[in-house]
Amino acid sequence: MTAHEASGLLRKREVSSVELTEAVLGRIGEVEQSIGAHISVTSDLAMKQAAAADLAIQGGAVHSLCGIPIGLKDVLSTADVETTCGSRMLEGFVPPFDATVVGKLREIGAVFTGKLNLDEFAMGSSTENSAFHVTRNPWDLTRVPGGSSGGSAAAVAACECMVSLGSDTGGSIRQPASFCGVVGIKPTYGRVSRFGLVAFASSLDQIGPIARDVKDAAIVLEAISGGDPKDSTSLHVEVPNYSEVLGRSIEGVRVGVPLEYFGSGLDDDVKELVLKAIDQLDDLGAKVVDVSLPHTEYALATYYLLAPAEASANLARYNGVKYGYSDLDSSDVNDMMAFSRARGFGEEVKRRIMLGTYALSSGYYDAYYLKAQKVRTLIKADFDEVFQNVDLLVTPVSPSVAFPLGDRVDDPYGMYMSDVMTIPASIAGIAGLSVPCGFAEGLPVGLQMLGPALSEPILLQTAYAYEQEAKVSSKAPFLDV
Amino acid sequence: MLDRDTVSHVAQLACIALDDDEFSEMRSQLAQILDLFESLSLLQTDQVEPTARVVPLELPLRDDEAKPSLSQDQVLQNAPRIENGHIVVPAVLTDS
Repeated sequence: MTAHEASGLLRKREVSSVELTEAVLGRIGEVEQSIGAHISVTSDLAMKQAAAADLAIQGGAVHSLCGIPIGLKDVLSTADVETTCGSRMLEGFVPPFDATVVGKLREIGAVFTGKLNLDEFAMGSSTENSAFHVTRNPWDLTRVPGGSSGGSAAAVAACECMVSLGSDTGGSIRQPASFCGVVGIKPTYGRVSRFGLVAFASSLDQIGPIARDVKDAAIVLEAISGGDPKDSTSLHVEVPNYSEVLGRSIEGVRVGVPLEYFGSGLDDDVKELVLKAIDQLDDLGAKVVDVSLPHTEYALATYYLLAPAEASANLARYNGVKYGYSDLDSSDVNDMMAFSRARGFGEEVKRRIMLGTYALSSGYYDAYYLKAQKVRTLIKADFDEVFQNVDLLVTPVSPSVAFPLGDRVDDPYGMYMSDVMTIPASIAGIAGLSVPCGFAEGLPVGLQMLGPALSEPILLQTAYAYEQEAKVSSKAPFLDV
Repeated sequence: MLDRDTVSHVAQLACIALDDDEFSEMRSQLAQILDLFESLSLLQTDQVEPTARVVPLELPLRDDEAKPSLSQDQVLQNAPRIENGHIVVPAVLTDS
């Protein structure tokens, strides 16, 4: 059941939030052992919130997310609830405040069912970098759910919550959404406040919804968007009613297909499904044209310079002093910090901090970091140019379907390649989403739509039109328990 | 392959105490990733401005008014070692 369907039932009192939440917690109990989407399940909190939501619903008009079970990627500060970022560094860390988006959902009366697994500090593409355990793809338990928001995507796909929040820095919402057969949105940079999102790369990070259908994703996006005085990079621009555009015809919408995303690295069956989807958009009245984004091939390198550099600055705060893992044996303060970091952080995090530190260090700054910032300008200019002539772009999300667990853990570069199609949009700060477009080898494939800054309405309108036409099964795989 | 001194220097800047195995692994993995960046050096960017920020932003200002923040207890609630409302660390200034 989708959140919007559940909301209807709640408001008609055909079901209560308590009943809904109990069912979801029951489901978690049944499948979590197989899937491992959660770092913590917050049952007591959820039941309290559900009871409060039922009272609110009885009292009158409520938001459509009131009483709805929502999962939160464990990189979102949740007051009085352990927030680990998937890392030993923050194991046991309990934030004294809510992230702005968490506060918004709390106020609406949403029900928080748990904190969802991720690659440590959001660095990764498979959730295998979590310090705690892996998450398995509900469609095939031998495969990854994608990352870094793997827990968020898997939980929604397996009905362990109705919607979830993830975060996307280079594709971490869109890629797992694609791998798990659900909808994921990376909003325009600045559309959603980052206050309380534990920072990875400040010029790239965005929080976004993961849901079973476009309508749910639109509802959640609207609820979490908006300018925030606590986030000076947030946009103080009105939040449209995103649900309003759903159902409008896409006759005449100009769709660009960038040739650089259909090269030799793309799996044939993924390509076939994406091209079929593009045909369907054409049938629905969209005007499809070929376009080019010439600097696409430089995006991966640009990202793996910018993001680790920013991460090295953002993660400098984890040194065993004020919070987090601390090496209490060291008698020297520098040792204490260096060992706290060596022992608290996992391999991928350390690798990226080292890479970022190197790129920013004296003698290398110009050749690496500054160069990457200049290439960023070129990549963004490609998109700006193309959007003069098209309303949105359609591409694959990832070159392949979900790969087997363990396949790429010893191959960082191979792992990075799974984000090659999601990264450019992050670099440009534009809006993007993934919507399911079929199955290859029995595994979900997502269709990526990218639009200029603040183009979420046209993206949602188009994704909805496609979704309603294509009717790709979003039926969650039922596991034998 | 990156030379040992470079990796050592970066580890020091990053304040991470790598053990010998990690050090070797890091040395080769970083070298592989750094090869990625060769492609960027081929691009002509002399006339290109760097982008630090993807959306146009004005620096938001507010009146200088004190507002409620966290209590001392809240601030200290995750501290590894506290004493008398202070966070304890090994001595920073030593005799050596």
